[in-house]
Amino acid sequence: MTPDYMEQGMLLAIVLFCLGFVGLMIRRNVIFMLLSIEIMLNAAGLAFIVSGARWANADGQVMFIFILAMTAAEVSVGLALALKIFQKYKTLDSDAINRMKG
Amino acid sequence: MEVAFYLSALIAVAATVLAITRYHAVHALLFLIVSLLALAVVFFIMGAHFAAALEVIIYAGAIMVLFIFAIMMLNLGKATIEWERQLLRPRVWVLPALLTLVLAAELIYLLAIRGGPESSGIELVRPARVGAELFGFYILGVEMAAFLLMAGLVGAYHIGRREKKVIHRYLKKEEV
Repeated sequence: MTPDYMEQGMLLAIVLFCLGFVGLMIRRNVIFMLLSIEIMLNAAGLAFIVSGARWANADGQVMFIFILAMTAAEVSVGLALALKIFQKYKTLDSDAINRMKG
Repeated sequence: MEVAFYLSALIAVAATVLAITRYHAVHALLFLIVSLLALAVVFFIMGAHFAAALEVIIYAGAIMVLFIFAIMMLNLGKATIEWERQLLRPRVWVLPALLTLVLAAELIYLLAIRGGPESSGIELVRPARVGAELFGFYILGVEMAAFLLMAGLVGAYHIGRREKKVIHRYLKKEEV
């Protein structure tokens, strides 16, 4: 008998994704919103790993590596934007940037 | 093995809940790092050793360091020193350290049992297979990831650049 973590792993991924989404909704600090997006992307990566492990396939890990590269690019641009927002508005509150032309 | 899986899943969920409810960004980062390490243990149990290593090196290492750099650049002045002092109180770091210790014990246990995960029937997906797949069938995806990273680099440089105040003494920029 081989142990199968498909359901438990998917459940964990869903729970983590929902936690990241809740974090994105309840926080108004730009840094915390970026962190929540990290959590959500990581949960998506976990789902790929779980299904890759279920069928002993390498594709899941390949997709995880792509998600990793995408996250790195997203974080670098997002943090640069956060620094710029702080320089301009002296706050990290995302409600302060509700106008298109500052 | 089952116990190890559920324990690390529980730690991951608990650390994530704590991460999204902290007021200080650095406290949240500590808990997020614990959560990522717990997920690395989950990956290890699932036979994805390469992904587990990448999770620790890139997620818990490089990306979190980026966050810490950004937070450091945002917190300047005297308030930071008081805040750093507060950060060294045990109340702040005991809980993340405890959770990480549990994870370390779990990992040592997993490495010590004979044969590792494959002894429990889970098939390992070795890095060689991942690499062959990545640079064979998915080569176009790798190229696109390279483009994306380049765009991220250039974009971050462009956004983070300081604006010149005066371009020329006769060409003053309008005040915003």
